[in-house]
Amino acid sequence: MKGVIAGLEMREPSSLDEALSAMRNDPSLVPLAGCTDLYVALNFGTLESTRFLNLWSIDELRVIEKSNDALSIGALTTYKSIIQSKLVRKRLPMLISAAREIGGAQIHNRGTLGGNIANGSPAGDTLPVLAAADATVVMRSADAERRVPLTQFYTGYRKSVLRADELIVAVEIPSFSGKQWFRKVGTRAAQAISKVVMAAVRSPRPRIALGSVAPTVIRLPMTEGALEEGAPIQEAQRILMDEISPIDDMRSTEEYRRRVASNLLGRFWAETE
Amino acid sequence: MIFTLNAATVDVDAHPMKRLLDVLREECGLTGTKEGCGEGECGACTVLIDDAAVCACLVPFAQVRDARVTTIEGLGGDHPLQRAFAEEGGAQCGICTPGMIMAALPLGEKPSLRKVREGLAGNLCRCTGYEAIYRAVRKA
Ligand SMILES: Cc1cc2nc3c(=O)[nH]c(=O)nc-3n(C[C@H](O)[C@H](O)[C@H](O)COP(=O)(O)OP(=O)(O)OC[C@H]3O[C@@H](n4cnc5c(N)ncnc54)[C@H](O)[C@@H]3O)c2cc1C
Ligand code: FES
Ligand code: FES
Repeated sequence: MKGVIAGLEMREPSSLDEALSAMRNDPSLVPLAGCTDLYVALNFGTLESTRFLNLWSIDELRVIEKSNDALSIGALTTYKSIIQSKLVRKRLPMLISAAREIGGAQIHNRGTLGGNIANGSPAGDTLPVLAAADATVVMRSADAERRVPLTQFYTGYRKSVLRADELIVAVEIPSFSGKQWFRKVGTRAAQAISKVVMAAVRSPRPRIALGSVAPTVIRLPMTEGALEEGAPIQEAQRILMDEISPIDDMRSTEEYRRRVASNLLGRFWAETE
Repeated sequence: MIFTLNAATVDVDAHPMKRLLDVLREECGLTGTKEGCGEGECGACTVLIDDAAVCACLVPFAQVRDARVTTIEGLGGDHPLQRAFAEEGGAQCGICTPGMIMAALPLGEKPSLRKVREGLAGNLCRCTGYEAIYRAVRKA
């Protein structure tokens, strides 16, 4: 770590507009939010970037509000603010369940929703929640704003449609009904071998999303469709096993993940009756 | 760069990307804040920024501009939490202790066991098995 930072540069914009024009002029700038991913990489020496853009003081990215009928959560919102938000508790309680299990108090106070999305780990715990909630990622560059559904945001393992001159500014979650459910099996330390995360909504058309089993977060349209048509849960579990392609090639791990995912589906169904 | 350190306004010159942990230990000479893992997992480097516990190994110095930083030195040595750790045997090798105490501080007086477990979930101790630590925090 020591000595390494001498070659690094930091820009410190004081508003979103300033940040976006800095990124237009220099797309090599890497945004810094709560740094709970970036500084781990920096401490490890695995960070290749040398030019950074400090977002931390841009309070306009910290707003949680209702916009039209959607819930809008600013990219810089920390897990702590999510856990404390009455609006999130009312509209998206499964996001609070997920946030509670992301690290301890120190990570809650610094880790942000936008960072979890931009970091793009297939094990990111908020991603199945956002996928099951049909969330939209709002991105902005100096020139334009655009919206992409979270399920179309990732294009491959840690790859997304986010451009180098864009910031994630918020996520929007349309209002929906149905019982929300979240469960994480396995810890971060164990994520390489055994983590599986499920977020789901029990409604006439159930919605089910899984993290950690594929290169990106996935929805399970076939499983959802079967449950919608009234298939027994055992049949839906078989369909789920066919529908997912676990991330790992090692046969035993793959089998394990499939089984865990299938068990989670069973628990979701039993616990939301 | 100006910020508040243990209730005093200070002006410290350091690289904006430097870890708060290193600025505290090197530029500020406050070595009570320890480095364990350097990756956010152990909590040994816990300090408060505006009364919220954070891992100082994951904070770029620039992000404490105008903020209030509190380290173990800010407690003065005779804080009820420090006394409780001594009385209950909450510290053995002591590496985790400053971080434990700083993480316990926002929990307030005599927190419930549930609150203590939650509040200290980001702090690891290799020595005590946690029971004595939880006892100390609940008592203070
Ligand atoms: C001890 C520990 C435990 C953890 N446990 C979990 C866990 O259980 N589950 C989990 O999912 N994660 C976990 N994490 C990972 C991490 O806390 C989350 O991914 C966090 O949400 C990242 O947010 P951040 O603000 O810290 O991002 P940063 O580290 O600041 O940034 C991460 C990436 O996102 C980019 N970025 C950030 N904000 C934006 C934006 N608005 N627009 C565009 N790009 C942006 C950055 O350039 C960078 O590439 C853990 C981390 C630690 C250290
Ligand atoms: S040294 Fe910072 S969390 Fe371990
Ligand atoms: S007392 Fe040694 S690590 Fe906690």
